[in-house]
Amino acid sequence: MIRFVLAVVMLLAALPARAGVEVQELTTPGGLEAWLVEDHSIPFVALELRFRGGGSLDAPGKRGATNLMVGLLEEGAGNLDAQGFARATESLAANFSYGVSDDAVSISAHFLTENRDQAMTLLRASLLETRFDPDAIERVRAQITSIIQSSQKDPRDLVGMSFDALVYGDHPYATSLNGTLESVAALTREDILAAQRAAMARDRLYISAVGDITGDELSALLDDLLGNLPAIGAPLAGEATLNLPGGVKVVDFDTPQSIAAFAQPGIDRDHPDFFAAYLLNHILGGGSFESRLMNEVREKRGLTYGVYSYLLDKDGAALWMGSVASANDRVAEAMSVIRDEWAKIREEGVTEAELQDAKTYLTGAYPLRFEGNGPIADIAVGMQMEGLPTDYITTRNDKLNAVTLDDVNRVARDLLDPAKLTFVVVGKPEGIESTIN
Amino acid sequence: MRSLFASFLLAIAPLAPAMAEDQVTTFALENGLEVVVIEDHRAPVVTQMVWYRAGSADEPPGASGVAHFLEHLLFKGTETIEPGEFSATVARNGGSDNAFTSYDYTAYFQRIAADRLELMMRMESDRMVNLQLGEGDIATERDVIIEERNQRVENNPSALFREQKNAVQYLNHHYGVPIIGWQHEMHDLGLEDALAYYRTFYAPNNAILVVAGDVTPEDVRQLAETYYGPIPANPDLPERVRPQEPRQMAERRMTFRDDRVAQPYVSRSYIAPERDSGAQEEAAALTLLAEILGGGSTSVLTQKLQFDSRIAVQTGVYYSGLSLDDTTFSLVVVPAAGVTLEQAEAAMDDVLTTFLETGIDPDQLERIKMQVRASEIYARDDVGGLANRYGRALAQGLSVADVQAWPEILQNTTEDDIMAAARKVFDRNTSVTGWLMAPEVTQ
Repeated sequence: MIRFVLAVVMLLAALPARAGVEVQELTTPGGLEAWLVEDHSIPFVALELRFRGGGSLDAPGKRGATNLMVGLLEEGAGNLDAQGFARATESLAANFSYGVSDDAVSISAHFLTENRDQAMTLLRASLLETRFDPDAIERVRAQITSIIQSSQKDPRDLVGMSFDALVYGDHPYATSLNGTLESVAALTREDILAAQRAAMARDRLYISAVGDITGDELSALLDDLLGNLPAIGAPLAGEATLNLPGGVKVVDFDTPQSIAAFAQPGIDRDHPDFFAAYLLNHILGGGSFESRLMNEVREKRGLTYGVYSYLLDKDGAALWMGSVASANDRVAEAMSVIRDEWAKIREEGVTEAELQDAKTYLTGAYPLRFEGNGPIADIAVGMQMEGLPTDYITTRNDKLNAVTLDDVNRVARDLLDPAKLTFVVVGKPEGIESTIN
Repeated sequence: MRSLFASFLLAIAPLAPAMAEDQVTTFALENGLEVVVIEDHRAPVVTQMVWYRAGSADEPPGASGVAHFLEHLLFKGTETIEPGEFSATVARNGGSDNAFTSYDYTAYFQRIAADRLELMMRMESDRMVNLQLGEGDIATERDVIIEERNQRVENNPSALFREQKNAVQYLNHHYGVPIIGWQHEMHDLGLEDALAYYRTFYAPNNAILVVAGDVTPEDVRQLAETYYGPIPANPDLPERVRPQEPRQMAERRMTFRDDRVAQPYVSRSYIAPERDSGAQEEAAALTLLAEILGGGSTSVLTQKLQFDSRIAVQTGVYYSGLSLDDTTFSLVVVPAAGVTLEQAEAAMDDVLTTFLETGIDPDQLERIKMQVRASEIYARDDVGGLANRYGRALAQGLSVADVQAWPEILQNTTEDDIMAAARKVFDRNTSVTGWLMAPEVTQ
């Protein structure tokens, strides 16, 4: 055993792999900014577009408008109805996907070099000449209605919705971007068009492309694809005022396994202590089998299949969040262990060995993310939304390595706040009473 | 605009010949371990996967879930590695690891910087034969898999419905038993169950090693010889013959009700043939049939039920030819508000009847084949996906040659082939129809 461990330490002496990604920053003649990673080894391009704002831009009383609008982008454009648009996309073997989150509308496009121009003509039509045909609106509205109904009986969705309603006050984050049965039923074509103007404008657009395309080709492509979008969209939703009083809210739902979400205030991505908090979170509950929460709740006690914590950094809120699921008669113990670990890591800090292991893992895992055009394009557009420079790819690991044990343990004392750790539980948890109305 | 769109059909050109298979090298060790190397030198990353030709369908009666239970227990420890040390070591080297279990296979993988491959091979080969388990490992981990079942199945009426429906589909084959195990049998899984399964199936002559990423076949061969080579083959490895289904002679129906169902749906599945080595043609026809009927907005079921009659808010058609024994071809219709399951099912059957009479739109088939061609280009961007493709196929009775022939077989499948396969598979006497719905409200 001893000899084996030594061998591992020897291997660590080798430097972790560096992400060998060269990002070109370009500005198109039309004034659009984009990041490009050229790689001509496979004849296709992964293009990512993000519009900041997303579902949180819904106008008052129009909850669900942005989501419905995004659902309709591929349901007819230009002189093509929904079926025609799908046929044309299939003929080119292009893949377009349109998504919406609380903070962004996301468009991902993968298309072949051999028919790039036709693919971009189609994508452009879906963004700039969306038809919003009445029959398409009704078809997608019916799908969203079905999704809303299902989410009202799904414990995982219920815990998310109950948590948001408790924590985010009157911010849009407090309600589902799907909207309610009533709000979605009332949305008109005018509302949908307004949502598109509000959400998809150049002043909030981030672009990355990876693959078989040159800078000049991409510049021309982007100006043609996006140049005619509205210059300015709707004002962003701003910061949420967080309600994290500590304690527990139980949402009664008849199902065998309770699901809990928990949170306390978090830390912004651009805070000087972010990396210390990130390392601390990794040690506490950051997704690997080695985290303290995983070790105590799953490995030692068998109380759950998975328990996690993470730093949630939304545009308008920063939370230190987590989740766990345990049988109704065991979830109280799982929650109690989580609370104890939260307090313990704050009081006693982490060890040098834990910090070293976390650094080795996180710095080693980072270059592994850059595998393939699709993942790299996704990372590149995400970095832009975070306001990170291109050289972050090469400096990020140094920043992580610069964090000291004192930094982590100071942040643990300053930032972790067991009194504010607030649980929302959906199920029939035994031995747990709501302390929050 | 119009002329441009009209030209799309002409855009179906033969694609560049550089296909995914160019990246692949295969060989075998003397002890029977099959090795597949997939090269991708774009990033200094490697994925190691070891696939065992043993899944839940190879379990003995009464010990359902033991294949998956053992998968969890493989992270516990060996003669030289402490419990939990395997994953901790992977993590300390900046990598990630996990495992998964299916009906026909169990697979373990690590994704890590390419220069750590040797360490991964040393550890993975070690736990192929040197697992050390104690009663303490068993009790806690059994609680974990019971919670896993709670999370995946007990908390989800759709999952319970699929489980019940699968049990109705397979009278005799172990595919009718859930991979994770029946709840009542999971409680009784013990150390001996796990060890018996381990000793029977975990051996180099029952495994496939897939290494994908920034590696060369020469280096992989040398490392594999060093670490896997010395492990002796298991001379008592049983022949892989599982109880097969009897002839199904009457359709079966079931209704599953649960308070937690908000959106009812109907699901129909037919027993269907799988891809067999050297004989993948019928499975290719069924693969294309599933695309024609349910692949996206322009598919037959979607067009008729979601666009034309608006009877459904969602439709789906599912067929995967990767299976060791007989598989299923299934359809799902989620009715629109105010439409009963009876009406939804009748509408689905009308579509199938009409389809069998009118046949295939050649333009649609051409579009699908274009997408199949393109998918081989996109596949080269995802070396992990390629590793899965080969591992799954080889664990389920196919050869490397079968995998590489598959895209061409799909291209060569004709409308007549597909219609013949459709007429054969759509036999109500070999089907199961399930309704998932909320309980009836009584006044």
